[in-house]
Amino acid sequence: MGTAPASRDVTSYGMGLAAPLALFFLVFFVAPLLQLLWLSLHNDTAGLHWGLGQYLHFLTDPFSLSVLGSTLLLGAEVTLVCLVLGFPIAWLYQRVGPRLQTIIILIVLLPLLTSVVVRTFAWIVILGRQGIINATLQSLGIIDTPLRLLYTQFGVVIALAQVQMPLMTLPLITALGRIDPNLDDASCSLGAGSWRTFFRIVLPLSLPGVIAGCTLTYAAAITAFITQSLIGGGQMLFMPMYLYQQASTLQNWPFASAISIIFLLAVLAVVSVFTTLGRLSRGYGGA
Amino acid sequence: MADAQSGRSLVVDAVTHRYPSGALAVENINLDIKGGEIIALLGPSGCGKTTLLRIIAGFIAQSQGRIIIGDDIVDALPPNRRAVGIVFQNYALFPHLTVTENVGYGLAARGIDKATRQREAQRLLELVQLPSMAERLPRQLSGGQQQRVALARALAIKPSILLLDEPFAALDKNLRLDMQIEVKRLQRVSGITTLIVTHDQEEALSMADRVAVLSHGKLEQFGSPSDVYDRPQTLFVNTFVGSSNRMPGVVVSADRTAAKVRLDAGAEIVARPAGGTLSEGGRVTVCIRPEHLQFVSDETGFAGVVGMSLPLGATVVHEVTTADGSGVKVSQARIGETRALENGAAVRLAPLAPSLANAFPATL
Repeated sequence: MGTAPASRDVTSYGMGLAAPLALFFLVFFVAPLLQLLWLSLHNDTAGLHWGLGQYLHFLTDPFSLSVLGSTLLLGAEVTLVCLVLGFPIAWLYQRVGPRLQTIIILIVLLPLLTSVVVRTFAWIVILGRQGIINATLQSLGIIDTPLRLLYTQFGVVIALAQVQMPLMTLPLITALGRIDPNLDDASCSLGAGSWRTFFRIVLPLSLPGVIAGCTLTYAAAITAFITQSLIGGGQMLFMPMYLYQQASTLQNWPFASAISIIFLLAVLAVVSVFTTLGRLSRGYGGA
Repeated sequence: MADAQSGRSLVVDAVTHRYPSGALAVENINLDIKGGEIIALLGPSGCGKTTLLRIIAGFIAQSQGRIIIGDDIVDALPPNRRAVGIVFQNYALFPHLTVTENVGYGLAARGIDKATRQREAQRLLELVQLPSMAERLPRQLSGGQQQRVALARALAIKPSILLLDEPFAALDKNLRLDMQIEVKRLQRVSGITTLIVTHDQEEALSMADRVAVLSHGKLEQFGSPSDVYDRPQTLFVNTFVGSSNRMPGVVVSADRTAAKVRLDAGAEIVARPAGGTLSEGGRVTVCIRPEHLQFVSDETGFAGVVGMSLPLGATVVHEVTTADGSGVKVSQARIGETRALENGAAVRLAPLAPSLANAFPATL
């Protein structure tokens, strides 16, 4: 009968089609991750003695902990800068005509079309001792000696914020676009000024986008090896570079693995905080 | 009447609005609305009625003209300082706030403390008959309930004018009637000057004290529902409000109150000159409503052939083709055994009374 195919469970098709990707993930993601975990559970570089020594070392070493701390702080700073600068752009996007929207989206996406290395070198040119900022300020007579911008936390935050900005702006644009424009008018007609409308209506309703943007920006900022290393230079050490030194320069693979696992867990902890916030705010999204 | 005292008057004084592209959205609209009146802005979509509503609310600054509420010219005031309550077509309730918070929102914006806000919200929810829904979120309410909340929210700020933008369009037919009665009741109680934007003529005629009919940004007629329905001033009003047969003809003789018109369909009838005086020999369009045509057995009226008969419950509508080939509809009340009309039967039709046929100068 012709009814047989229709009554067949349609979900059974999907599993088979997902198999190639599942296999790919298994071989190139899950397996290396397990290997990493296995390696990190050895006390010596040769991998002969089992134990939690690498973890104990990291967690009792003030230097390692300070690297972890400054990396997580860096992520928080970059996320905050992206949020504060990205929100007005996303807000503006929803209030201009289609032609300006195209221009804004182009400006937002443009960084993604350039290599991270190129963008980072541009920041070196801008922030350097004889860079654009210092040269301008000096020629205007505002400063006498060049400011130290490169190889500072400030420099890294600024450069990373620019590099990761699209990850914040795009979810915000989507979230703000979902808000019924009549709500703005309704709030206004009820006597609320623009600030009240923003804080009581627009911001709460855009929270899903804020949380998505923050999660993406945060995860990308703390793992941004190239920008962190080139702008931060030798003086600033963050987790990705620390990891790289242990693995590549010192060949201490068990310790590097332990760093990876700890870093991974730290990132997961922060991301899960964000997603929990997201779940709590989901009630807002149903506009 | 006490109502008329509490509502403020609204004057739309020669308001014209041009889009940035230069196209006219509304042109030279004049409305003089007394305090406590319910006015319907009626017109097809794109006629400028929503633009006019947004101008009154302050969301759009008109190119020319003034908006006067009570004794104040409000053109310089932003929407949040006009004290105009709006119920949006999709209600625009704040989805993340409870019903109480939604209703109290306008009071919070005025810096009124929480206890007073809650008391006032509760009072209004009782007024709109939703006292038990206070802690729900908007999405947990039905469409009709959401609309009641939207009404309560708009009334909470004690607006001088209440604007309703297609308020019943999203409701199903039975609920719509309930809500129309509800709005009318609330308006009576509060005495607020109310403006309803609608494309639904039945809604406009049943709810409003006066109806303003708009077409292509222009005010076609502003009058009582019976004026608009029985004494339309333009061909547009006659055909848009209610249904109407348009029959072309030539003026035989005319004075100010009556015109003798020879219809192309082949009869001489007396009609009311609706759009000003008519000149002899000029071409006109005569509008006769289906319920104002009757079958006659003598030689008066014009001849036709019955095409189709549709029994619509209380009435039967016959589609009749006239001698000049145009179709007219005739609506007959169903009294007892209405005479069945065979398809193809030859009949003669005439208007019930001269005042029920309106003659307009033919547009080219």
